Amino acid sequence: MPFLAVRKPLSKEKRSLVAILSFAIPLMIWSAVSYLPFVWHPLIKVTDAGSVDYFKANMLVPRETFEFEAEKMVSAGLEQPSGLPSNPLYLPAPHEVGKALYTAFATEPRRQSEKWLHESLWSSIQVIFWGFILSSMLGIPIGILAGTFDFFSKLFEPFIEFFRYLPAPAFGALAVAILGIYQAPKIAIIFIGTFFQQVLVVANTARKLDPALLEAGQTLGANNRSLVLRVVIPGILPDLYRDTRILLGWAWTYLIVAELIGTSSGITWFITQQARYKNFDNVYAAIIIIGVLGLFIDFLLAYFGRRFFPWKTT
Amino acid sequence: MIRLKLPDYKCQTEKVKERFSRLKRRSVTMEVRNLTKTFQGIDGPVTALKNINLKVHKREFVCVIGPSGCGKSTLIRTLAGLEEASSGEILLDDKVVTKPGPERGMVYQEYTLFPWLTVKKNIMFGLLESGATKSIAESEARQWTSLVGLEKFENHFPNQLSGGMKQRVAIARALATQPKILLMDEPFGALDAQTRAKMQVYLMEIWKNIDITILFITHDLNEAVYLADRVVVLKANPGEIQEVIEVPVPQPRNPSQFITPEFLATKHHIETLIHPIGEVKEVDNLNLVRMVNVESDIGDVF
Repeated sequence: MPFLAVRKPLSKEKRSLVAILSFAIPLMIWSAVSYLPFVWHPLIKVTDAGSVDYFKANMLVPRETFEFEAEKMVSAGLEQPSGLPSNPLYLPAPHEVGKALYTAFATEPRRQSEKWLHESLWSSIQVIFWGFILSSMLGIPIGILAGTFDFFSKLFEPFIEFFRYLPAPAFGALAVAILGIYQAPKIAIIFIGTFFQQVLVVANTARKLDPALLEAGQTLGANNRSLVLRVVIPGILPDLYRDTRILLGWAWTYLIVAELIGTSSGITWFITQQARYKNFDNVYAAIIIIGVLGLFIDFLLAYFGRRFFPWKTT
Repeated sequence: MIRLKLPDYKCQTEKVKERFSRLKRRSVTMEVRNLTKTFQGIDGPVTALKNINLKVHKREFVCVIGPSGCGKSTLIRTLAGLEEASSGEILLDDKVVTKPGPERGMVYQEYTLFPWLTVKKNIMFGLLESGATKSIAESEARQWTSLVGLEKFENHFPNQLSGGMKQRVAIARALATQPKILLMDEPFGALDAQTRAKMQVYLMEIWKNIDITILFITHDLNEAVYLADRVVVLKANPGEIQEVIEVPVPQPRNPSQFITPEFLATKHHIETLIHPIGEVKEVDNLNLVRMVNVESDIGDVF
């Protein structure tokens, strides 16, 4: 089987190879930019200032400035400066970020009031969890009703269609005014960002259930209540589960905005704080942690999904 | 060419005649009175069914046949209560019915088993809806699974079964609530020829042994004549009853009757009703010219 075959699954080995490549390629580009001195490296890190009066060791200067000064020293017969090509501070090399992944957890906060990284992370996870749970507790039932009964569809969906175009972060100030400055407004932003999409997505999923199954239920004597509880819900459960996985991803994307509201907290606080200290390696480490955490949760949910719905796969 | 000389399809032996007179004295399970169904098409209202009058007697097997687009499916869906009649009435044991209910079991061509339920639980669905306790529903479902010969598969999911097995489950599921009439909408249409023949035999067995009246939609002439006491022939645009035929083939039926003169005569008659001789539609003709190279090795397929 060739690598490119229209709508044909790759063999197992090829699939793993390509999946590894999908992470290896960005990493290779990053490494190339970081370790190959002739790729990019727009700055020079001064190792010896020579006779240039304003140069200092470990100073980063633009390449043109460095060359200009060096030439000036040569023509004046003075000592030349020396330096190594370097990337800007905001692009640390992979090994630096790798080290930061460890040190970010191991480093004690600068001030006592500040939190350790794992504490920040835990706070973020709680915000996501509560925002998403509250949204799901309301959004899934409403979505199922709207997808099953036209009455509820017409009652809820026009307003929701309108509301979902309003950007969730726009409610930040309002949320703080109403809910205070701590976790509550952040949870509210996650809720607003997720809920309206969730209702529409779930309603659509409920609508996609084969109508013949509902008819079969009716000819077997099921009333409306039974149709919802015994046909619609079990019938759409695998799709609902998949929707929830996707929507959880949405909730994560709202996290950073939500955490900037009120008192900055969680992983966002960590990121902004580290950026302020110019510890960009820690910033990258935190971003990678968010990605890994999201991917891990998704893998976990996918794994359970296959176990929950045996009739879907076999 | 030798043409078979067939008897008149109306010619019944004494035994068959006597059976029909007994059959007509039975109580009427389902009666359809002046049923008309129109719906809004792109260019104005379309009459799918017009003035359908039909009586189905207790434990009778009635097949409805007709050309495509004659409203066979609309008819059975309306009888099941899944679509509303524009006018007219449907009576079940002399009571008017409008909504779907378990006293009219329905079997579809696409099986429509609940994919998330096992065979046993699919059959239990209607029983639980009718208020049976879980243990009673379970033991009854078990009886039904063994009745359709699937006791080994009672814990399988529908997607682990073959088409014929799925349809057996669907029939068992519909029968489990003890309906007065079983409505079957081309139930064997998606099955291959062998499975189909087998299913027809199964269905006859079930019909013989269970107190059930069957209304069966099909577009297969052999199937209609083989299964039915009476065949209702519909015509299209608008869907009207063209003729109700009392099948002269003696009961109980068996596959060897497929080539008896009365079977062929009935089949031939229905054929002429559905596709009148001499009727040629322009759209049915291909517009072909010879496109084979003159020097081709095989110039002529004959």
